[in-house]
Amino acid sequence: MRVSLFITCYNDTLFPATGQAVVRLLERLGHTIEFPLDQTCCGQMHYNTGYQQEAMPMMRRFVEVFRDAEAVCIPSSSCVAMIRDHYPLMAAEQSDPGLARAVDELLPRIYELTELLVHRLGLEDVGAAFPHRVTYHASCHSLRSLHLGDLPLRLLRSVRGIELLDLPNVDRCCGFGGTFAVKMGDVSAAMLAEKMQDIESTHAEYVTAVDNSCLMHIFGGLHRQNTGIRTAHIAEILASTGSEPLEGTT
Amino acid sequence: MTIRVADAAESPSFQKAALPLLHDTQLRANVRHATDVIQRKRAAVVGETPDWQELREAASAIKTHTLRHLDSYLLQFEQACTAAGGHVHWASDADEANRIIADIVRQHGGKQLIKIKTMTSDETKLNDALEHEGIRAHETDLAELIIQLGHDKPSHIVVPALHKNRNQVREIFREQMHLPELGNQPEDLTAAARHYLREKFLSVNIGLCGANFLVAETGGVCIVESEGNGRMCLTLPDVLISLAGIEKIIPTFQDLEVFLQLLPRSATGERMNPYNSLWTGVRQNDGPKHFHVVLLDNGRTSVLADAEARQTLHCIRCAACLNTCPVYRQTGGHAYGSSYAGPVGAILTPQLLGMESAQSLPYASSLCGACYEVCPVKINIPEVLIHLRGRVVREQKSALDAEALAMKTAAAIFASRRRFEAAQRIGRLGQWPVVSNGWVKNLPGMLGNWTRVRDLRALPQQTFRGWWKQRVKDGKQADHA
Repeated sequence: MRVSLFITCYNDTLFPATGQAVVRLLERLGHTIEFPLDQTCCGQMHYNTGYQQEAMPMMRRFVEVFRDAEAVCIPSSSCVAMIRDHYPLMAAEQSDPGLARAVDELLPRIYELTELLVHRLGLEDVGAAFPHRVTYHASCHSLRSLHLGDLPLRLLRSVRGIELLDLPNVDRCCGFGGTFAVKMGDVSAAMLAEKMQDIESTHAEYVTAVDNSCLMHIFGGLHRQNTGIRTAHIAEILASTGSEPLEGTT
Repeated sequence: MTIRVADAAESPSFQKAALPLLHDTQLRANVRHATDVIQRKRAAVVGETPDWQELREAASAIKTHTLRHLDSYLLQFEQACTAAGGHVHWASDADEANRIIADIVRQHGGKQLIKIKTMTSDETKLNDALEHEGIRAHETDLAELIIQLGHDKPSHIVVPALHKNRNQVREIFREQMHLPELGNQPEDLTAAARHYLREKFLSVNIGLCGANFLVAETGGVCIVESEGNGRMCLTLPDVLISLAGIEKIIPTFQDLEVFLQLLPRSATGERMNPYNSLWTGVRQNDGPKHFHVVLLDNGRTSVLADAEARQTLHCIRCAACLNTCPVYRQTGGHAYGSSYAGPVGAILTPQLLGMESAQSLPYASSLCGACYEVCPVKINIPEVLIHLRGRVVREQKSALDAEALAMKTAAAIFASRRRFEAAQRIGRLGQWPVVSNGWVKNLPGMLGNWTRVRDLRALPQQTFRGWWKQRVKDGKQADHA
């Protein structure tokens, strides 16, 4: 399959290893990856902070760049949620029937990474090996917008050597929330403190998730507290094999 | 007209008000414990209701329909209530409602009234207004009594004193009821309250209540409660006054079938409330001789005018969104500065106030969506929060505001591949003053809110697109771009 990668602006800039892992994983599974260089940002930060007008050109750009894709893979559930939940409403407001139609036609070809693997490609065992104690953080958008359910866990359970540890209060927000983490820094920090207690109670070596945004927030706290616990995007665990183990961490 | 929602217009921003609460370990333990208990109970009784999602759909549909025809349903209610011997009053704002109520009390020569818990009267600050008129209002709900005697403010829509534990309640009762020997067992505290309240029930002849539902078809009023104090207030006095927001209307008696399944399960985790009161007008030799309903607007019609946010008025005040909210869990209700705390307070308060005040409230959420998931009337709170953030930006923010400028700059960067790549390069090259050993530990300005408790890895030497371009150049990848 020809898979177009929307890496997202923050993965592109801050977490290149996640993008490299997606490429390695999908190529290992026999697919061709395209990376259109004209992509930038889905507009989520602007939209959710109240700058909805400013997000409009980003939606237009995204639709323009990916309109001919066979399948778009996005390793971030919150960006997928932005596209799925808000693009149709935004396009409707523009009174541009062409744009609304383009969004409608594009949406069925948008996949969050684990959706692509399990739903589109029918895989649960991607041939990965990761001999570590791992706990899975279910991001809010993955749970309540994409309704991923146990898709990520099904993929993780098939990873060789992994010891999966249940995270208590797995459905509770970590406190990131985009600009919330800065605008309401103290409340966000209190939410993070509770999440870190839950993580530490599992004795995991790694925390994984389908969103690097949550992981950036969680790891920021874990690192500041010198806990020694690491984070890895799920793509990095799924890309990891016996001969090519995970290099470094996010 | 002056809209008032308790003290919300003068309250500090959420982030400022949250600080001392975050430092109050006793309060936070109380809030966590109480919300955990209610959530567990709710989950059990919701789990055993097979048609829960259908009930939510039905409630949402009834509310949507009612709000679309609110004008005619309100008139229908007035007609039916009047025909049954009640008096209906219309109040455009809090002051007018308080004035109407004070006038009724005076007409009947009263100096005191007994109240069953009503958040709407807290919204209008009725007790303070009556105090000015020389009228003393006695709260009879246990939690409201604790708040009133402790000179405190409610922190939760259903359980207003949830931020206090029983030792703290004992201290308030000891002092205010002059009971130096009072114990801290629930039985001790309820017995003390019962003794204190019984005297009020038997001596005060005017009662005040809110309304959970106003039935347009019959002119009836429905109130559900747990302690029986409501039943006392609703049946013993000669005069009964009900203060209700105009959104409390439902079209028919049969609609209660839906709401009386949703409300107790969502609010207190019960299949049914211990006391369900339903009455219509007045009857000879049975209950109050005079019955008044005060219908309150106080900003509700302007909420109704906003098509994207009017679902806010679906709210039946169950507080399930407060109990599940990870933000409320940390701060409790006082940070919201309003009678209405938690996620629904964050959307209701600024709208009632016309978006000019309480502008931090739409931002007091991580948009995690837990509130929408539990809402029995399916208010999409995260969507409304985002919509209201848009209104704050468009209607209230100066174009020269630092955040607005930063957002506009970011938008310009994302509008062009060339600018985006340049910004990535500039970030990488320009970050050295804040980077040490590969980590950012101290950022200036607003971003310092991030680094106060979290580290940030420095921008990597190569972006993903940089790696990709290199790969194409090295011939490992065909260039599709």
